[in-house]
Amino acid sequence: MKKKNITKKAEVKAEEKLVLSRPASLRDVEMHYCAGCGHSIVHRLVCEVIDEFKIRERVIGIAPVGCAVIAYEYWDFDVSEAAHGRTPAVATAIKRVRPDNIVFTYQGDGDLAAIGTAEIIHAANRGENITVIFVNNGVYGMTGGQMAPTTLAGQKTSTSLAGRSLRNDGYPLKILEMLAVLPGTRYLERVSVHSAQEIFRAKRAISKAFKTQIENKGFSMVEVLAMCPTYWGMAPVQAADRIKNDVSLFYPIGVVKAY
Amino acid sequence: MSRKILMCGNEACGEGAILAGCKFYAGYPITPQNELIAYMGKRMSEINGVFIQAESELAAINMVFGAAAAGERAMTSSSSPGVSLKQEGISYIAGAELPCVIVNMQRGGPGLGNIAPAQSDYFQSVKGGGHGDYKVIVFAPSSAQELLDYTFMAFDIADKYRNPVLILGDGLLGQMMEPVTIIKENYKPEIIEKPWALTGCKGRKPNIVRSFFLGEGALEEHNKRLQEKYKTIASSEVRAQTFNLKDSEIIVVAYGSVARTAKAAMEQARAKGIKAGLIRPISLWPFPSKIIKDASAKAKKFLVIEMSSGQMVEDVMLAVNGKSEVDFYGRMGGGIPTEEEVLARIEALA
Repeated sequence: MKKKNITKKAEVKAEEKLVLSRPASLRDVEMHYCAGCGHSIVHRLVCEVIDEFKIRERVIGIAPVGCAVIAYEYWDFDVSEAAHGRTPAVATAIKRVRPDNIVFTYQGDGDLAAIGTAEIIHAANRGENITVIFVNNGVYGMTGGQMAPTTLAGQKTSTSLAGRSLRNDGYPLKILEMLAVLPGTRYLERVSVHSAQEIFRAKRAISKAFKTQIENKGFSMVEVLAMCPTYWGMAPVQAADRIKNDVSLFYPIGVVKAY
Repeated sequence: MSRKILMCGNEACGEGAILAGCKFYAGYPITPQNELIAYMGKRMSEINGVFIQAESELAAINMVFGAAAAGERAMTSSSSPGVSLKQEGISYIAGAELPCVIVNMQRGGPGLGNIAPAQSDYFQSVKGGGHGDYKVIVFAPSSAQELLDYTFMAFDIADKYRNPVLILGDGLLGQMMEPVTIIKENYKPEIIEKPWALTGCKGRKPNIVRSFFLGEGALEEHNKRLQEKYKTIASSEVRAQTFNLKDSEIIVVAYGSVARTAKAAMEQARAKGIKAGLIRPISLWPFPSKIIKDASAKAKKFLVIEMSSGQMVEDVMLAVNGKSEVDFYGRMGGGIPTEEEVLARIEALA
C-alpha cells in the first residue's frame, strides 16, 4: 500500500510468469498451411515434446509426401525426405543404423494408409523402435482434395463428387485398429486437435509415444484427427465441429493399445 | 595375407561389399541373385552390421536411402524385375545425392521373363531408369573376382561423388563358381567424411536430406549442379579393357559375361589370320566413347555382341558417329551367344 511506485525490475519479473513460448525445435518462420489446418498444431506439439525430452540434438524426423512435405522448413533438427509412403522404410534404416537417435515419421493418410500401407504394416510388425505421427484429415490435401483411404462414407471429395461410395470405393480404413493386432506394436493412440482440450490430450499421447521409443519399448504411433477446412469446404470452426460430431464417431478417440 | 576361395559371383559380390565396410544391406529374394541376399544375411550377423529382408523391393531401396542418409555404407541387390521396382528409389537417391551400391544380376525379360542370364537392362541402367535427369555410375564386371573387386571399389566411388553406383551383372556371373583371390592388404576402403549425414544436430546446424526444391529456379540450379558433377565423373571414371587395337580391322565390343565369349572368339579369329580386336567397356556409364571413337579412326568394322536385342550398340554407334560400319549380334530371353556364333560373325565381316 505504501509503495505505489512498483517499477523495480526485480519485482516485475517476479510477478511475470512465462506460460507459453515458441518451442526451440520450431523455426520462427511463417507456415504455408491453410487457415484452420491441423498440421501447424501437430508440428508444434511434436516440437514441444521434443523440447521437453531435450532430444532436439538427437532427433531425426522423416517428412512425408503430402501437405507436410516441407516440414523441414519448420522443424529445427535433422530431417530426411522420403518417397511417397516409403517413410517407415527410411525411418527403419535410420534407426537401425543409429539406434541412439530418436527417429520419427510424420505422415498423412495418403502417405501412410494408401501408397505406404505395406511399409507401415511391416515396420510395425518388425517392432521397429520408431515413433509414427499419423495425421488423418481424410483427404489428399496437397493435390487438391481427392478421396483418401480414410475418407468417410458419403464424404464428397474431388474424386468422389457424389460422396464416397462404399460399393465403388470400399470402406474407410482404420489403420490403428489393424496395427493393434500385431505383436510388434507397443503404443497406439488416436487423438484429435479440434479443441483445446483435445490438443492437450494429443500432446500427452505424442509425449507417451516418444517416451516409448526413448525407453526402447518399440513401435509407437499416434493418429491425429485433423481439420482440412479447405477441402472439406467448411469454415475452420465448422471443420473442428465436424471432427467432434462426425469423424470421431467413426475413428474413436482414445488409446487403442498400450503397454 | 592372401586367401583363394572358390565362390559364386553373388557371394564374391557380397564379400566385396563387406571388405568395403558396408554395414547395411536390405534386399528381397529374387532369382538369380538369391545367394547374395543369403550371403549378406550371414556376413552382416558376423560383422555386427544390419541385415533386413524387406517386405518389398520398394522398401529395400528406401531402407538403403535411409541408411545412406544416416551416413552408413549401404547396399541392396536384386534381379531385373526387382530392379525395375527400385527405380523410384534410385531416382530419389540420385536426386538427394546419397551414396549407395545397387546390384542387378540381370535375367531375361520383359515382364517376369525367365531366370536365365540376360543383358537387356542396359538402357534402364545407363539411361536413367527412373524419372528425372540423373545418372547412375554403372560397372559391369565379367568374373567372380571382378564382382568382388568392383563392388569393393563401388563404395569408395559412391561416397566420393555422393552418387549411387550400380553393379550390373547377370545370372551367369552371379551363379557361376570361380576361384577368387582376396589379398587383405589390397582392400582398404577410403574413409570419406560425411558432414551432410543425418546424425542428430548436436553442435551444428540441422542437416536436411532431400531431392525436393520448390523455390523459383531452385530445382534448375540443383540440376545444373548435378550435371556438373556428372561431367566430372564422365571425365574421371571411364574404365575399359582393350585387346589388339593397334592393328585391328574388326573390333568386337562386348561387356560383362559375354565379353569373355567375345574375347575367346576374337582370339580364334586372330589365329585364323583375321585382324580382330576387342573393346570391353567396364564402366557402362560413363561409357568409354572416346576409346571407341579413337579406334574407329583405324578399324573398318565394329561388331557389338550382347545378350539383348541391341542396346549398348546404340552407344557404340554414337561413339563411332558413322566413321565405321557397326554390326550387331545378340541373343535374347536367356540365350547366350556362343564362341562359334561370334566367330562366324567375325568371319562374315572379314
